[in-house]
Amino acid sequence: MPSLVIIDSECANLSSIYRATARAGLQPVISGDPDQITGAGAVIFPGVGSYAHAAQLLVKKGLDKVIMEVVSRGVPFLGICLGMQLLCSESEEAADKTIKGLDLIPGRVRRFPRGLPVPHVGWNQVVPLVEHPLFEGLPAGSYFYFTHSYYVDPCQSELTLSQTDYGFSFTSAIFKNNVLGVQFHPEKSGPAGLHLLGNFGKIIAEQRQK
Amino acid sequence: MLAKRIIPCLDVREGRVVKGTRFIDLKDAGDPVELASYYNREGADEIVFLDITASIEGRKAILDVVRRTAEAVFIPLTVGGGIDSVELMQELLQCGADKISLNTAALREPFLIRAGADRFGSQCIVAAIDAQRKDNSADSNPKWEVYSHGGQKETGRDALEWAVEAERLGAGEILLTSMDADGTREGYDIELLKAVTGAVDIPVIASGGAGKMEHLFEALTAGGAHAVLAASILHYGTCRISEIKQYLAENGLPVRPVVTGIEAYDL
Repeated sequence: MPSLVIIDSECANLSSIYRATARAGLQPVISGDPDQITGAGAVIFPGVGSYAHAAQLLVKKGLDKVIMEVVSRGVPFLGICLGMQLLCSESEEAADKTIKGLDLIPGRVRRFPRGLPVPHVGWNQVVPLVEHPLFEGLPAGSYFYFTHSYYVDPCQSELTLSQTDYGFSFTSAIFKNNVLGVQFHPEKSGPAGLHLLGNFGKIIAEQRQK
Repeated sequence: MLAKRIIPCLDVREGRVVKGTRFIDLKDAGDPVELASYYNREGADEIVFLDITASIEGRKAILDVVRRTAEAVFIPLTVGGGIDSVELMQELLQCGADKISLNTAALREPFLIRAGADRFGSQCIVAAIDAQRKDNSADSNPKWEVYSHGGQKETGRDALEWAVEAERLGAGEILLTSMDADGTREGYDIELLKAVTGAVDIPVIASGGAGKMEHLFEALTAGGAHAVLAASILHYGTCRISEIKQYLAENGLPVRPVVTGIEAYDL
């Protein structure tokens, strides 16, 4: 079984994540095959675009259950951008109703308040609130590349791994046991992003030794 | 704080960089991949390729350029020039582009912006607008007209109205070029920038007219731009990105420093 599976969520930036993780020394494969994902040693769950569309696609392809299963096995799991948001309980992305997410991290996905340019696009600083191997060796306040209109608002503050300031402090990374999520795009964040992906590789290696 | 972005723009024709780059000590300064890697090391926050290939046959070259660049450079990559279908957008994105810049085709068929945003997300779609000040517009109430086909054809459209419509259709950013300022090296058209940044909520990238570092500062402050596109000021070595960033930082603007001191990835 492959050590790292990037879930084929049919989004545009799969190849970028593949190239960046390979460059950071990981051995990724892109797959939408339930068996391959279930048996993976680690998973990256990417996503860009519409929450509702992505959530429906997960259910349609049966990947929601696959993700639940692989997470329950305790393997390192990293959601990126919309992938992070889909880990949460629900989103207010549709105006008229809330859309259910995977509910692995209790929290709500909210739109940035009016008055700020939206989407939040560009390089912004990430400040970890706790020590975590994902950010090891990265100075607090390192710049990462963001592009999103919604942000994750976790139910419990201890789920927040890092914060970023965009008119107010929002949660830019979350964690709960083996589940990690980052709102920014490490695959497009230059050396800092590659370093973070390399850290994820170290987390995978440590998990394998257990 | 969200950093102000410095974005080098490379004009590419049939897979080669068009405008000369006299100063840079590169093996092949006409190779877009090598030049993109150079600007990446210099601290560029994104790279824009503008494909000005005229022939349809020559257009495949940009796909290869994007693919090779995405293997070498891990920062956002925007591609524009002649993109007129969702299929071509998808092809470019699969090669490793992050954003697609739409111009003439979107003016002909505005729904292309919506189609791209629905399929790939607004963060993928940049509306490029080439605007020229109308001769007969009053100084107190200036108007700008949108041009298509690389600034060759008048469209009769008002630049502000088109910017607002592009946002409504789902564009995630606007790349705004002043045709009056472009090539003058006398500074960006600040009035145009102010008008457009005041009319839309999405980020605006200023383009056209940079001749010295003060011009970039002006565009990012008085003009309200979120990012500045720069071509000749960088290509001809007037200043380096690191100098620009240092200058902007000294004048109180947030910029992403050129990254050093963390585990080295030989980019």
